[in-house]
This record gives sequence, C-alpha cells and structure tokens, in this order.
Amino acid sequence: MSFINLREKIVQVKVVYYGPGRGGKTSNLEYINRKFSKQIQSEMVSLKTHGDRTLFFDFLPFDMGKIKGYELKIQLYTVPGQVKYNATRKLVLKGVDGLVFVADAQEAMREKNIRSLNQLHENLKGYKESIFKIPLVMQYNKVDLRNQGIPVLPTAVLEKDLNSKLKVPSFEASALTGYNVPETLKKIISSTVVSVQKKLL
Amino acid sequence: MNYGVVSQEQLEKIDEILSEQLIKIGVDCVIIIDMAGNIITAKDNGTSKYDVYSFAALAAGNFATVDAMAKLVGEQEFSLLFHKGTDCNIHFSKIDEELLLITMFGKHISLGFLRLNVVKALEQIRKLWAGK
Repeated sequence: MSFINLREKIVQVKVVYYGPGRGGKTSNLEYINRKFSKQIQSEMVSLKTHGDRTLFFDFLPFDMGKIKGYELKIQLYTVPGQVKYNATRKLVLKGVDGLVFVADAQEAMREKNIRSLNQLHENLKGYKESIFKIPLVMQYNKVDLRNQGIPVLPTAVLEKDLNSKLKVPSFEASALTGYNVPETLKKIISSTVVSVQKKLL
Repeated sequence: MNYGVVSQEQLEKIDEILSEQLIKIGVDCVIIIDMAGNIITAKDNGTSKYDVYSFAALAAGNFATVDAMAKLVGEQEFSLLFHKGTDCNIHFSKIDEELLLITMFGKHISLGFLRLNVVKALEQIRKLWAGK
C-alpha cells in the first residue's frame, strides 16, 4: 500500500519485481542503479546468499522528482526466485502497489515461468489483491541469448503462455545490456501512479 | 483505519509524542513504519544521519521474519525485539497490526528506561488512533 505524507508532501510507492529464479530481477535493479545514479540517493540493499542469489530481497529507492507538488519516491524491491522461498516472497509482496513479472525467455524455462506466475496469483490472493487488477508489466528477459544460439521462445509463445488472459503491457528485454529495462520501469511507474491516484485521491 | 493517508494534524501530534517521550530522553532516532516498509514519520535528535528509507525496508522485513519464526515455534509473537551494538542499539515495538515503532539509541540509555518510555509513547499513539 502506498503511503502519502501530507505534511512533507511525499508519496511512497512500492513496486516489486517478481519471477522465477535466475530470471534477471536483481539484474534489472542493478542496471537501474547504474544508469540512474542521479535519482538514487542511497545504496542498493541486497540480501543474498554466498552464491550471490537473492535470499530475501533487493531494495532500491528511486526518486521521481515532483508531481503536482508531491515528491514521488518509488521503492523498488525484488523477491527471491527459488521455489523454496515462497514464504519470503509473500512477505515482500505485502503492501505492493505495482508489479513487474520478469520471465526468462529461454525455452528451457517455459514451465518455470508459468508456475511462478500462477504462484504470484495465489500469493496476491492471500493479501486480497488480484493479479487482474494490480498494475502489472511483463518483461521477457534474456532475448539477447538468441544471438548466441541459445534456444529462446518466440515472443508470441511467451505472450500466449503468460499474457493471454492478463493482457498487460509487455516488453522483450535484456537486463544485462539494459535493453528495455528503463522502458519497463517507466511503464510500471506510470501505471502504478495512475492506480494509486485513483485509489487515494 | 486507513493508513494510506495520515492527516497533518495527526502527524504533528505523533511527532510531539515521539519528541516528548523519546527524543527528550536522549534517543538518536525514532521511526514509525508500516509493515510494507513505508515510512510514516521519522524524528531524530538533529545529529544522527541514518538512511531511513533503506532502514524502513529492512526493518519491516526483519520484523516480518521474526514474526514468522515465532509462529513456527508456536508463539503468537515475540514481543521484545532488540539489537544490541557497541555504540548503537535498535529497539522494535509493534503499535498495532500494521505499524511499527523503531527506536535507535546509544549506550548512555538503559534498555529498561527506554522500554518504559516506549510503552508510554505507544499508549498515547494508540489513543490518538482510537480517537479518530
């Protein structure tokens, strides 16, 4: 749930990057952290295992500047992607205002994407939120692997698998090179802000 | 109660309580956050420079984790959550199901004295919510 401080005119909004393990959620935030360093006043917080996998979450506060006199602070979070960490994923989802689903476009990951999305649906229900109502953007990550001869699913297949019912905005992306990472971020921020405005004002 | 928006008047009253009960006794920094990791209000003694936004995200995660651990061992909750350092200590208390009060204080304040004052502050804040 977003929070509005009327005295200091600050709006805080929580955006969570969700998706299967090793899909590129943390890489998205790392790219944003490098690329938009001017808008980020504090360091990225990463709680990870020795093997560099996200254990709890990554956190990156992102300043959007002022909108109608209100300072907009976007709090970006990721969840741990591994199947066994669902309890942690649920904790991070608490109070979420907007979601980016980072799917792994590799052919071998097809099943895992679908399972992760289904679990997101269930987890949101636990907070009485609906995947059909909450602002959501799809990102088909790792499309750059096509050039290296690794089998990558065509976007049409990913759309059919993951987005045929949801019909949310979607992007092909490469979190490593940054391709469409800012576009994904812009899209989720604008849909989330519109939805928060509707809910609160 | 809708936590999405807190009025200016409420915030000022809460800040007053925090100043009176906690900052005055020598606490470095007090933050009220919600369980999603948003900051409701933050007050400090004017000299401490903490990154309160990252702190709020971590604190909400920390509290949620400890709460989940409590449930695993059959406890409703662990009511005292306290981290002790050499120069800085952190004390967490639940205001209600949605809000947390976090106090950071140095070695010159005893935990017992701090807890007494935290309890007083909590009572006053809860009364303020109830009177809404």
